[in-house]
Amino acid sequence: MSISRLLTSLGLLVLVLMLISINLGTGQVNMFDLLNSDQGNAVRLILLEIRLPRTLIAAVAGASFGICGAAMQGLLRNPLASPGLIGSSSGAALGAVTVLYLGLGQTFWLLMPFGGMLGALIAMVLVYVLAGRDASIVTIVLAGIAINSLALALMSLILNLAPSPYAVREIVLWTLGSVTNLGMNDLWVLLPPTVLGWLLFAGTGQGLDLLTLGEDTAHSMGVNLGLLRSRIFLAVALSIGAAVSITGAIGFIGLVIPHLLRPLVAYQPGRLLPVSALGGAAMLLAADIVVRLMPPGPEIRIGVLTAVVGAPFFLFLILKTRRWQI
Amino acid sequence: MLEINNIEVHMGGQPIVRDISLRVIRGEMLGLLGPNGAGKSTLLRSILQLIPVQHGSVELEGRPTDTIPIQQRARTIAYVPQQGPVNWPLTVERLVALGRLPHLPAWQRPSRRDQEIVERILIETDLSHLKYRSATTLSGGERTRALLGRALAVDAPLLLADEPVAALDPAHQLQIMQLLRGYSSAGHAVIVVMHDLTLAARYCHRLALMHEGLLVANGSAREVLNAENLANVYNINARFGEDDDFYIIPWERVADRS
Repeated sequence: MSISRLLTSLGLLVLVLMLISINLGTGQVNMFDLLNSDQGNAVRLILLEIRLPRTLIAAVAGASFGICGAAMQGLLRNPLASPGLIGSSSGAALGAVTVLYLGLGQTFWLLMPFGGMLGALIAMVLVYVLAGRDASIVTIVLAGIAINSLALALMSLILNLAPSPYAVREIVLWTLGSVTNLGMNDLWVLLPPTVLGWLLFAGTGQGLDLLTLGEDTAHSMGVNLGLLRSRIFLAVALSIGAAVSITGAIGFIGLVIPHLLRPLVAYQPGRLLPVSALGGAAMLLAADIVVRLMPPGPEIRIGVLTAVVGAPFFLFLILKTRRWQI
Repeated sequence: MLEINNIEVHMGGQPIVRDISLRVIRGEMLGLLGPNGAGKSTLLRSILQLIPVQHGSVELEGRPTDTIPIQQRARTIAYVPQQGPVNWPLTVERLVALGRLPHLPAWQRPSRRDQEIVERILIETDLSHLKYRSATTLSGGERTRALLGRALAVDAPLLLADEPVAALDPAHQLQIMQLLRGYSSAGHAVIVVMHDLTLAARYCHRLALMHEGLLVANGSAREVLNAENLANVYNINARFGEDDDFYIIPWERVADRS
């Protein structure tokens, strides 16, 4: 399949899922009611203030998870790399949770995504420094485990110190990931760092393609490795940091989507970036739709759903990879 | 084309290349010989600025390499390292096509001309029948040819190849040496690091012999690969061929004279 056809198909899929998402829910309201102006404010409220931001945030955050996974796998030349592996998700979660705990989220809400971005960046830099410059994937995984454990420990500490059980519950549920109760304000907060992150990703495709041949050859072909690495790290910190601080830590999208779509781009890392963005958006939108279709009862958090689906898939990938000779 | 003046290169604090001056012009193929550890690969890597040069200078067409913008250098020097990895299972065709990327701005797709160049190289490296095969499923020799093809696709004025024929069967060794010779005859400069003395003697215009970071000999095959140099540098003596069929067969080891 040619790249343009693939992108178009995925784009259409995302669009269809967005339309389903907007039209789905209690209240039997759909888009066409918007045209019927005697329904008035209630319809506008449901569609534009509740469903639309939720849909758009799911699409944008999902796209960020997808593209970050593809970029990390391209940079590390390993299909098992993901934003979670190198600590960016847990770092972002820790950063945002710290802001929540300190109550700063109430006073200046830009501080939460900022906390998320800073947390993500610090975590990734720590993993990189810990693993060393020419680290093998094993070393990176171990460093990632170390930093993830540290972030988890600190988050547990914060839960321990939290002022009330309600606060604990809030923080815990938030780290399981959700796109409910999000409004247009959250979208406006999410967009600038996300767009900046995506723009940074945009020029990295050629460098990632050349890394197929290893660092020395890539260098000989004009890739500035230090710059590429810094650029991708920054882009991941911005987009994951912002996404996680709004939606909570939603895992496995960055791992599963690039893996699934890689054969469709003939394994070329550069082309995988936009394709994974669309795939990630589709996956998160689909997961959110599934969550909303579930029977009434305790709300299944979207991060739980992606984990329940994603973890077995991850195991399956490992088994498959053993036969593939990375 | 390439001028190296008295360079010294360190690795791990040790001087690996001690004082080397060398010149290669377009249309010339230079064979860089020497025992393991002589500093041949280090020399190549320092030309590419993969390792810093302590003293001396490396100049391309009169310009010091560290003043040349990285993209331009990428179009000027093509490099085939020893045992280069292939990290993703790209098709052979796409792998070779990576060689055209230094000529393409970030967004551009390869043009018709780029595709024609790739096709031609696939034929020259005897890989056309493997065009759509996954590069990670190739045999060692096929892979070497694919990676060399990628470097040829850059169409750079200077090609640096580090032991390109080491893993190949005799027929393919001859084919690749022929290919490299053709590439240099077409007006490019080629430096090839090798161990096969006969192939080096037969296909290279000139040979340079390194020993412990220094250049011991630089000239024609007969001048460089004489009995004395072979004994001093490689600790071997050899059987030599007749005037028209110049071959050198390492015959037995001699006592280490260093």
